[in-house]
Amino acid sequence: MKKLSKHSIKGFINYGLVIVLYIIFQILASAKVLTNSLQGLLVPICAYVVMALALNLVVGFSGELSLGHAGFMSVGAFTGVIIASSLKNLVPFGPARLILAIAGGAVLAAIAGVLIGVPVLRLRGDYLAIVTLAFGEIIKNIMNCMYIGVDSRGLHFSITDEASMGLEPGGTTIINGPMGALGITKISSFLAGIILIVITLFIIQNLVNSRAGRAIAGIRDNRIAAEACGIPVTKYKMMAFVTSSALAGAAGALYALNYSTVVPKKFDFNTSILILVFVVLGGIGNLTGSIIAAIILTVLPEVLRQFQDYRMLVYAIVLILVMIITNNEKASAFIKGLFSKKAKKEAA
Amino acid sequence: MTEIKAKKKQEVKLVSVPSPYIVPERNAGEPLVLEATHLGIDFGGLTAVDDFNLGMSKNEITGLIGPNGAGKTTVFNLLTKVYQQTRGTIFLGGKDTIGMSTTQMNRAGIARTFQNIRLFDSLSVEDNVKIGLHNSIDYGMWQGVFRTPAYRKQEKQAHEKAMELLSIFDMQDEANVPAGSLPYGAQRRLEIVRALATEPKVLLLDEPAAGMNPSETSELMDTISKIRDDFGIAILLIEHDMNLVMGICEGIVVLNFGRIIAKGTPSEIQNNPVVVEAYLGKNKENKEEKNPGKKGGKNR
Amino acid sequence: MVSYLINGISLGAVYAIIALGYTMVYGIAKMLNFAHGDVIMVGGYMAYCSTSYMGFGPLTSVLFSMLVCTILGIVVEKLAYKPLRGASSLAVLITAIGVSYFLQNAALLIWSSNPKAFPNLFDLPQVQVGDSVVTSVALVTIASCIVIMLALTFFTEKTKMGKAMRAVSEDRGAAALMGINVNSTISVTFAIGSGLAAVAGVLLCSAYPTLMPTTGAMPGIKAFTAAVFGGIGSIPGAMLGGILLGVIEIFAKAYVSTQLSDAIVFAVLIVVLIVKPTGLLGRKLTEKV
Repeated sequence: MKKLSKHSIKGFINYGLVIVLYIIFQILASAKVLTNSLQGLLVPICAYVVMALALNLVVGFSGELSLGHAGFMSVGAFTGVIIASSLKNLVPFGPARLILAIAGGAVLAAIAGVLIGVPVLRLRGDYLAIVTLAFGEIIKNIMNCMYIGVDSRGLHFSITDEASMGLEPGGTTIINGPMGALGITKISSFLAGIILIVITLFIIQNLVNSRAGRAIAGIRDNRIAAEACGIPVTKYKMMAFVTSSALAGAAGALYALNYSTVVPKKFDFNTSILILVFVVLGGIGNLTGSIIAAIILTVLPEVLRQFQDYRMLVYAIVLILVMIITNNEKASAFIKGLFSKKAKKEAA
Repeated sequence: MTEIKAKKKQEVKLVSVPSPYIVPERNAGEPLVLEATHLGIDFGGLTAVDDFNLGMSKNEITGLIGPNGAGKTTVFNLLTKVYQQTRGTIFLGGKDTIGMSTTQMNRAGIARTFQNIRLFDSLSVEDNVKIGLHNSIDYGMWQGVFRTPAYRKQEKQAHEKAMELLSIFDMQDEANVPAGSLPYGAQRRLEIVRALATEPKVLLLDEPAAGMNPSETSELMDTISKIRDDFGIAILLIEHDMNLVMGICEGIVVLNFGRIIAKGTPSEIQNNPVVVEAYLGKNKENKEEKNPGKKGGKNR
Repeated sequence: MVSYLINGISLGAVYAIIALGYTMVYGIAKMLNFAHGDVIMVGGYMAYCSTSYMGFGPLTSVLFSMLVCTILGIVVEKLAYKPLRGASSLAVLITAIGVSYFLQNAALLIWSSNPKAFPNLFDLPQVQVGDSVVTSVALVTIASCIVIMLALTFFTEKTKMGKAMRAVSEDRGAAALMGINVNSTISVTFAIGSGLAAVAGVLLCSAYPTLMPTTGAMPGIKAFTAAVFGGIGSIPGAMLGGILLGVIEIFAKAYVSTQLSDAIVFAVLIVVLIVKPTGLLGRKLTEKV
């Protein structure tokens, strides 16, 4: 029982962190300290935090490397946009529409997760990673040639061009191939993002500390031993993968409904990698770390704006240095030595 | 096809061993919990195990011995379906296990430990045991997420059960230690506890005493006998320590080059010239001949 | 039809040359070197600069870009990857991505994001093959691919260094115990891989003459796919995977849809991996129990 309470303390720390961050950002925003661009980042930060948490469930707890999580974000994003746009008249209340859009995005991304998980989870290690990458690219490609519109008769699809959807004169195009979704009504809000983070934390933390979570971690640590303990390996790998893709879909819907336009190219390999970087820098299996890394690394390029062209170069160097310092014994000892010398000097 | 099958069955009958029991005098009439008949596996063109026959009834401890590379661990891998057999049948509780996976074999009542320890290193000792208890808990994913009363009740029971099982080896105090940081001997013991948590009818122990000193080994012997008595299960163990094998096994099966070369009681095996030859080689009739127990020292 | 096939093989040959670099590095360092694609881009820019600004001839410019990329490969390995030897594969992967960002953004600073028109290095006439006309670049590409393949096979089978490389990829610890200098073997592998990437860069830019800092990214990913397709770690596998991938891509573009061609390429990869989980010529992985 002692241990249970230890888990819940860790969990409460994360909830507390999120709420404190919300209050801080709210105060900063109302005090007009935040620049416009930083203000505009609040919802994307929330979406990236949810993405990082979701990916950590797969990479950290299930121990599988996914290089295509942006694909699920994409499925969720465009599903969310379609739902929000087609329900505009039916559900005029924005937050209600947002909830439906996020839920719909999560469900469709979960279905995509099942479809992809079945073949992918048979593979191991780097082969699994490359196939998730391939699926991410396939989703991007398919989204690139999707045309979806709505009129009084309902939704219309096409994979060739806008005209072939056969929309009525009054109909609107929601997704226009490579141009993406246009004319989205922004209904996402910072508060909605924070609530989604809390829900994500609730699901992942409670899942991890349950029977299913133990099985998932057991399979990661030693698959053969888990099988010998009577654990159905595929079922639990799927559970982690599909839960993660559903959460990624929810994050995608939140993200897309914060902008007036979203293009499929946004959710490419680079985005998948960006989220993986959050997870790895925050610490694999460390949810608090994922939250902090996602926030810092989303804000950092904004803060480095004064370096203009050099900022991405600096970002790359920081990334390499952090990996070396955290993973190389000599380097980390050197850094520690520097700090302890400083501390000694200060003490003296 | 059917003709060939029928032919094979006939052949099988011809070579069939008269009694599956290793020590017929002790076990005749008892129902078999585990029975393997004509079990064999080929890797490519190489036959690793062939015509392996074994019957075990409950409350029985059997030793599986043989020189290095004789195929002992392969037999364990066959019995737990880590490898699917090329030939032969495994019956568990009288039921054919054809087509079953490792997971299903465990659920059907067979649990094992591993020669090269396979614990869930990053998880706590208690969680390792709780994974063993996985199938005796049945709340679902969402009940876990929403912490329903079923979740609370079953987790509490699992905790108590895990502690009870850990007490077999006095390991309750280490419940929160990550399994990977336990000392070697304790890791072996934890593997046994975890296997017991799956409520097996048959327990396979792969070199349980490896790396233990003589006093730890004799303690382990007592515990294994106690486990057999308390849980009423059949135990099959691979071990190089002959003191342990001769001390607690009622029956012994000797394997060499993938085939059974002898079966019988400890005293029968000790005096069997074929066994001595397998261990020491031919033409080497020296003083050690009558005491293969000395070989036990080599794995220390 | 024939010209599609030849163009496909030629594109595939470029993928194959890149994939060789991926596969050799993976075989020896057990790492997915995501920065490999960006070395191609550097190779392209080097050839571009040496011909446009320094007035090098075609052959000297290729050699020059190979030299620069080889040095780049060794330097990157020493600075970024060597300190991480023994670290988790994810840490190495992220570092490789960091290197990739670095190279792309450094190129962005030096050459800006405006596409550069790559000069025509191989000023040869088009060739008539049957009823169809094929560019000479395509033929040069295929020829260089064959030469590289033969040279590399000879190198790994016959030379001392090549044998050392195979030994290190088989078992690094055992190789070190046999007196093989693992560090220098890994350096040589990176050097060869990067040199090949330079060749691939020149050939790629000759066939598709626009050069941008992101030029290497997509061919890099596809060549990586090709390496996995053929069985990562296997040199003939990389060759086979690369050529099949190129042919599939060109045919998908010609007969199905330009937009969906990448999706088709990746879908084929997935199907292959489901049927053969370690690629076409990959070795079966067995876990000792």
